[in-house]
Amino acid sequence: MTDTFDLTKFIFGRLTWEAIPRDPIILATFVGVMLGGLALLAALTYFKVWGTLWRDWLTSIDHKKIGIMYCVLGLVMLIRGFSDALMMRAQQAMAFNGSEGFLPPHHYDQLFTVHGVIMIFFVAMPLITGLMNFAVPLQIGARDVAFPFLNNFSFWMTTSGAVLVMMSLFIGEFGQTGWLAYPPLSGIQFSPGVGVDYYIWALQLAGVGTLLSGINLLVTIIKMRAPGMGMMKMPIFTWTALCTNILIVASFPVLTAVLALLSMDRYIGTAFFTSDLGGNAMMYVNLIWIWGHPEVYILVLPVFGVFSEVVATFSGKRIFGYTSMVYATLVITILSYVVWLHHFFTMGSGASVNAFFGITTMIISIPTGAKIFNWLFTMYRGRIRFEVPMLWSIGFMVTFTVGGMTGVLLAVPPADFVLHNSLFLVAHFHNVIIGAVVFGAMAGINYWFPKAFGYKLDAFWGKVSFWFWFIGFYFAFMPLYVLGLMGVTRRMSRFDDPSLQIWFIIAGFGAALIAVGIAATFIQFFVSFRKRESLRDHTGDPWDGRTLEWSTSSPPPAYNFAFTPVVHDNDAWSDMKKRGYQRPVAGFIPIHMPKNTWAGIVIPGIATALGFALIWHMWALAGLMFAAVIVVTIIHTFNYKRDYYIPADDVLRTEGFRTQELNRLAVN
Amino acid sequence: MLTIKNALKRLRLLLIPAVALLSGCNWVLMNPSGDVAMQQRDLILVSTGLMLLIIVPVIALTLLFAWRYRKANTQADYRPDWDHSTQLELVIWAAPLLIIIVLGAVTWISTHTLDPYRPLSRIDAKRAVPEGVKPLVVEVVALDWKWLFIYPEQGIALVNEMAAPIDRPIQFKITASSIMNSFFIPALAGQIYAMPGMQTKLSAVINKPGEFDGFSANYSGHGFNGMRFKFHGLTTADFDKWVATNKAGGKQLDRAEYLALEKPSERAPVIRYASIDPSLYKAIVNRCVEANKMCMEDMMAIDASGGMGKPGTYNLASSTAATALISDPGRKYVAAMCSVRDLATDYSVAN
Repeated sequence: MTDTFDLTKFIFGRLTWEAIPRDPIILATFVGVMLGGLALLAALTYFKVWGTLWRDWLTSIDHKKIGIMYCVLGLVMLIRGFSDALMMRAQQAMAFNGSEGFLPPHHYDQLFTVHGVIMIFFVAMPLITGLMNFAVPLQIGARDVAFPFLNNFSFWMTTSGAVLVMMSLFIGEFGQTGWLAYPPLSGIQFSPGVGVDYYIWALQLAGVGTLLSGINLLVTIIKMRAPGMGMMKMPIFTWTALCTNILIVASFPVLTAVLALLSMDRYIGTAFFTSDLGGNAMMYVNLIWIWGHPEVYILVLPVFGVFSEVVATFSGKRIFGYTSMVYATLVITILSYVVWLHHFFTMGSGASVNAFFGITTMIISIPTGAKIFNWLFTMYRGRIRFEVPMLWSIGFMVTFTVGGMTGVLLAVPPADFVLHNSLFLVAHFHNVIIGAVVFGAMAGINYWFPKAFGYKLDAFWGKVSFWFWFIGFYFAFMPLYVLGLMGVTRRMSRFDDPSLQIWFIIAGFGAALIAVGIAATFIQFFVSFRKRESLRDHTGDPWDGRTLEWSTSSPPPAYNFAFTPVVHDNDAWSDMKKRGYQRPVAGFIPIHMPKNTWAGIVIPGIATALGFALIWHMWALAGLMFAAVIVVTIIHTFNYKRDYYIPADDVLRTEGFRTQELNRLAVN
Repeated sequence: MLTIKNALKRLRLLLIPAVALLSGCNWVLMNPSGDVAMQQRDLILVSTGLMLLIIVPVIALTLLFAWRYRKANTQADYRPDWDHSTQLELVIWAAPLLIIIVLGAVTWISTHTLDPYRPLSRIDAKRAVPEGVKPLVVEVVALDWKWLFIYPEQGIALVNEMAAPIDRPIQFKITASSIMNSFFIPALAGQIYAMPGMQTKLSAVINKPGEFDGFSANYSGHGFNGMRFKFHGLTTADFDKWVATNKAGGKQLDRAEYLALEKPSERAPVIRYASIDPSLYKAIVNRCVEANKMCMEDMMAIDASGGMGKPGTYNLASSTAATALISDPGRKYVAAMCSVRDLATDYSVAN
């Protein structure tokens, strides 16, 4: 070594006081978050809920609680991601006629990068994973997922990625590369700071969580279905969850690999994606979209499942064309792997290659169209109750159809040459992601909330939320379609042409309406909690549901089902109700259950520190934390207290209480 | 195919009012000035029209069914167990399938006819490219954060401004110095990526005189916003005049000048070069403008013949603060093998 050994550098890496941003907007946010955080900690201490929090939630391996925590993570991160969106809308509405707006490029470019990353990885993914985690085991009559500890661990790994993204706001910076961090821009030569490293390690940590949770749910669905539930008797939501998790298991390793290659370029000077020394950035673009396109279907398939459940339930009918629904889902799953090139028709592929990928993309719209028709004909000859989940579903059917149309348009390569990278494209993918994933998550939350907490969500505020989101969406994104046709490209922080401004102001107004919609959702939670006694669901089946989760109490006992149900029909609970099913009231036996562990939160905690150390080149800390992850994992393997039995008496007491409730309801 | 063609023609007729409406505003994609962009516009309209055939009924039926089968309407038929109809299922799979078959055929044909690499066969809807007309070659280099246009035929180059004579095919050859950009003049033709170490191509023609916007459509860093230029469609006489004005400027674009120009800058003014180093563009694509750097095609030739083995690893040099682009001086690159050689004599310009 020629350099003298620098101890400060060995410990702190590139972290200096300079890393704390001095931007007044960020400082104000920092102060706000700190005060809010302190208030929360104080409240937790004051109400003495630390113990409960630790035992019943943070270390819980109950799939229902983990599902709820995923949704909480998604909703909290939604606030962050949406704040970024509001700032971008404000900037683009202001920065005309020589005005710089209020955000310099350095800040603005971080905003659109972090907005995309947060909305996909830390809002959409946690929300759909949360819904799957909560509902799938209940729908298939299981007591938990196949690997309960892994489930808790996966959740905290995802959270750990979210924590790193949040840290980047206050310590250092985030990437300024766009949400997929294309090289050479994301290479060390052009992004020497910590931004891209935050991006890489946040995604790598969260990716571990997503992959493991994918394996977990996959095994759960394959191995743990109630007796009688053959593959073709599974609820559609379970089917879509199965396909999504197949996609996760098959595609997330690609993301992990491509990010690992990028980090090698950045950390040890390899040349996979550099312009010199034989690297090629096109390889990165191909690889990231080989993950990225299936990712789109990972997000959308589960919400297709939610809509299938909701439309059937609130139309009071069996789902129309169950078999064609299942095959449509499978076809989408397979085809989602052969369309990735449509994200870069403009990269100079030959006409035959472009035409091939354009046509495969269009073919996906056939099963998707069939699905839409199936929902349509489920409503046909039904008795439709316009409860909040159903409103979201109808809003989805209208909005998603428009987004699907612009998507197929973008799949025509010569049309894509003029629309690519424009605000038309931005409008398109928000049209499908908001129209399907967000609407679907909201439908799912409103639909399963009574199952999770034992009381319904307030319908008035639910409707307020829906209408503001729905109308706000059209105001926010239809102008972007227009701007795209005017040749306006995405990711611009300033504009020269004053005639564009009016469209950005309309879009900003739309974003404000959506803000009211989001606020209404939180008000809805608060109001419902206050009114919970009047909204209470005593039956466990508030919507006249059709699938097994509605056969147990709301909220379900820790063990979900005292006896594993036996399934005879694909709408299992409808079928049981029709045949006059009698709940067993005696003969309970002790139930074998998994036990909470601390390791599921502690290891990801250490991993977060490891990620932070790697980002800042704090090699001492990185080495220490890496060793700690391994040591703690080994210690965890010596924990033999993994399970316990719920005594038959406890089961009897719980079930007896429910029997009383149901009898009381029957008498009234 | 004839029937499809006729049907499409009829569809286009139906869409004419829509086009008239859109052209009223400054929606450049709906009212472009170049034949390629015009065909792309037509394609957008035809595809949208085709899809509306299924989208409109779906949305209408959604709202209709939602209303008709509402719970309060006890008059409506209610069949809770009706969940299958073979005829209906055939229709709901066949209807999107038919649309996609037609759209797929349109896609296959149009992707080939509008392939940006394919030399133009027509100037506009009515005129074919006359015999013997050679396209105007423009070499485009995306720099941080400005555009360099080299006209090898005219021997001139410009920063952030370009022009072309109307009704003469243009052959763009596109590359980048460091970061990926996308070269896009919406009024002229669709975009294509500009990537370092690679060359993409675009064929286009401008049919109306005028001043049009051009820009990078792919985010490339903090200066991306200002990466805009004006594209002038000129009559042949005006174009010759424009070339002459550039020639009169007197500045020369050689390798040293290029290396200075390549340094990042934002919202650079228009610069006119009266003469150019004819080997420059090829050196840019091969990433060897600096004389001590090995050209990529040489490197590939060595590798194609089995590589140099261990001696190859001795042939690395480090960039200095003067040659590094944004940061990271000291980064390794492959040095030229021989003594400094004169690329101008080694490389023929015609390509």
